[in-house]
Amino acid sequence: MPKLTIDELAKTRDRVRGTLAIREGGEFRAKVNVHMGTCGIAAGARAVMSALMDEVASREVRDVLLTTSGCAGLCSQEPMMTVELSGRAPVKYVNLNAAKAREILEKHVLGGALVGEYALGIGSERTDL
Amino acid sequence: MPEASTQKAYRLHLMVCAGTGCVSNHAFDIKTALEAEIRKRGLENEAIVVPTGCNGFCERGPILVVQPGDIFYQQIAVKDVPHLVEEHFLKGRPVARLMYVPPAEKAPIPVLADIPFFKKQVLVALRNRGLIDPEKIEESIARDGYKAMAKALTEMKPEAILSEIALSGLRGRGGAGFPTGLKWQLVRNAPSSNGGAKYIVCNGDEGDPGAFMDRSILEADPHSVIEGMVIGAKAIGATAGFVYVRNEYPLAVARLGKALDQAREYGLLGEDILDSGFDFDIQIKRGAGAFVCGEETALIASIEGRLGEPRPRPPYPAQSGLWGQPTCINNVETWANVPVIIDRGSGWFAGIGTETSKGTKVFSLVGKINNTGLVEVPMGISLREIIYDIGGGIPGGKAFKAVQTGGPSGGCIPREQIDLPIDYESLSAAGSMMGSGGMVVMDEDTCMVDVARYFLSFTHEESCGKCTPCREGTKAMLDVLTRITEGKGSAGDLALLEDLAQGIKDSALCGLGKTAPNPVLTTLRYFRDEYETHIRDKKCPARVCRQLNVYTIDPGTCLEKGKGCGVCRRNCASDAISGEKGRAHDVLQDRCIKCGVCADVCAFGAVQVS
Repeated sequence: MPKLTIDELAKTRDRVRGTLAIREGGEFRAKVNVHMGTCGIAAGARAVMSALMDEVASREVRDVLLTTSGCAGLCSQEPMMTVELSGRAPVKYVNLNAAKAREILEKHVLGGALVGEYALGIGSERTDL
Repeated sequence: MPEASTQKAYRLHLMVCAGTGCVSNHAFDIKTALEAEIRKRGLENEAIVVPTGCNGFCERGPILVVQPGDIFYQQIAVKDVPHLVEEHFLKGRPVARLMYVPPAEKAPIPVLADIPFFKKQVLVALRNRGLIDPEKIEESIARDGYKAMAKALTEMKPEAILSEIALSGLRGRGGAGFPTGLKWQLVRNAPSSNGGAKYIVCNGDEGDPGAFMDRSILEADPHSVIEGMVIGAKAIGATAGFVYVRNEYPLAVARLGKALDQAREYGLLGEDILDSGFDFDIQIKRGAGAFVCGEETALIASIEGRLGEPRPRPPYPAQSGLWGQPTCINNVETWANVPVIIDRGSGWFAGIGTETSKGTKVFSLVGKINNTGLVEVPMGISLREIIYDIGGGIPGGKAFKAVQTGGPSGGCIPREQIDLPIDYESLSAAGSMMGSGGMVVMDEDTCMVDVARYFLSFTHEESCGKCTPCREGTKAMLDVLTRITEGKGSAGDLALLEDLAQGIKDSALCGLGKTAPNPVLTTLRYFRDEYETHIRDKKCPARVCRQLNVYTIDPGTCLEKGKGCGVCRRNCASDAISGEKGRAHDVLQDRCIKCGVCADVCAFGAVQVS
């Protein structure tokens, strides 16, 4: 590693800060929750999550939280995910696959436009402990 | 090269506490098990395990904090790992049974920030606590590491740095609380002889029983100390620095060494730092663990390769320190505060704390307390808040009796002063001192004469022997105290103790000797009746001094509950218990050596201590 200049120090700071941001909480543009119950996993939820992880990494998105939760109760329509833009009502998507998940990330999570074709409805079950 | 965690995005960061406390509780086994289970579940691209410095809540280790969400898991074992990985990290269902439940409550508290132990803390010196891997400089940089140093080296004149530190009101965190800005100014003003260098020293010779603040900072965030030292070097015009740290802190030595290597690799230490034209480098000097080497002149002797003995002051190290040159010595925690003051400004720092004591103080909270651990609190907070709100009170429903601050140089503060605000002046007025931050809590089962005797035995043991008042005086005081705890005290003993104490305070060469009588003086001041009971009645109210105890066996309890089981008789080393198996036993007082084993082994409570 060559010697840093002041500018490079600041650049390193900004770059690494992005990858570590989720350790400190704070403001996120959106939260995407992939339902990872046994039913979801059997129907392909892991592939949905991998696609989202891949997309977030390649686009260097730093302000979207990717999380998982258990079965949402609608096992026949798994894989499912819930997209919650900051300050907006959550939207549930059903019968997903990797390609649909990538499309939702681009259009809804990053673009702000709901993808009606895959959406089940607006609202969410309670997830507090 | 930057490693994976600093380049790749993960959706889960599993922050495993890897401070010495949790490491001794097998934290690295948990880290290994987590990594293996994560691979087994195919989550290696989604979750990363990050070892951090001390989380602080040592009582509950090993600790794992999951981000995002700040979910606090405690006392986890390797066998919990598969369940945790499947339930929480894969399926998103946090595991309640591994969460913290406050004593006497039933509902777990999932989120770290909601736990009372953490709520009242204000983190300045420990600002990166649990948030970074101390062995990765990039993670420190991401948390503003070296930002203040860059500012100090390229935008600030030495006078401006000195002025910021002075205005912040920062005082030394190692003991006496000397104003840091003033000390730096004295070193800057002092001429070096023969055109020689000036030096910066970080005092990490933490030796107080029960204290682990400096160790934890060096383990958790070594870059904050390095950065503080570079800023200090620029302010006073030093070219070389030393960190004096005990070899008995292997993790701290290793992490600091790694941090220095990484800083050099990045050009944050060495020649022409950040193209500013400023040269400075730091070496580690490992100490062998002599308590006296925490005293600055003894520390200097030790770095120079001489016997670790103090010398008379003046001249102070600011005038004549390492190799006779002006030397600035500050404690680990003091250095860790410096970058924040430069980064956020003296006004911000001075806004925390009291009129004369600014900022925060790190304490290691130990002894008879529910939440043993490392805490950082704003100056001015009351002892009550630390002991009850943060510390969770005294275990087993016992009554709080006293708290010992300042280590062997400090004193005991009694229950009546529990609302005392924590600042330099209040603690001194109470007869104790801030010290470096050890806080030993004592309950009703503690004998204050025994406590004083313990601390005196420590200072006597650690006395270097150079000056007579300390070498002989602490021995004489220890003899009197030992006599009292053995029931051989006489009427004049308390006056004798006070005489000796005053003599040592007035004439000892260094701080170790001058302050050695403090634990005796404060216990005499607040608990004189306990000393008198030992001397006059030959009794120890807390039943700690075994030579003063009388052990008897209640024949009724022994026969009815224990059926004369004979366990006490078998365990008695001096054949001082009579009675056949199946009959009531009795203690033969003339043969009893008062070891207390019979009371320890009796399962029926038949052995009585009075």
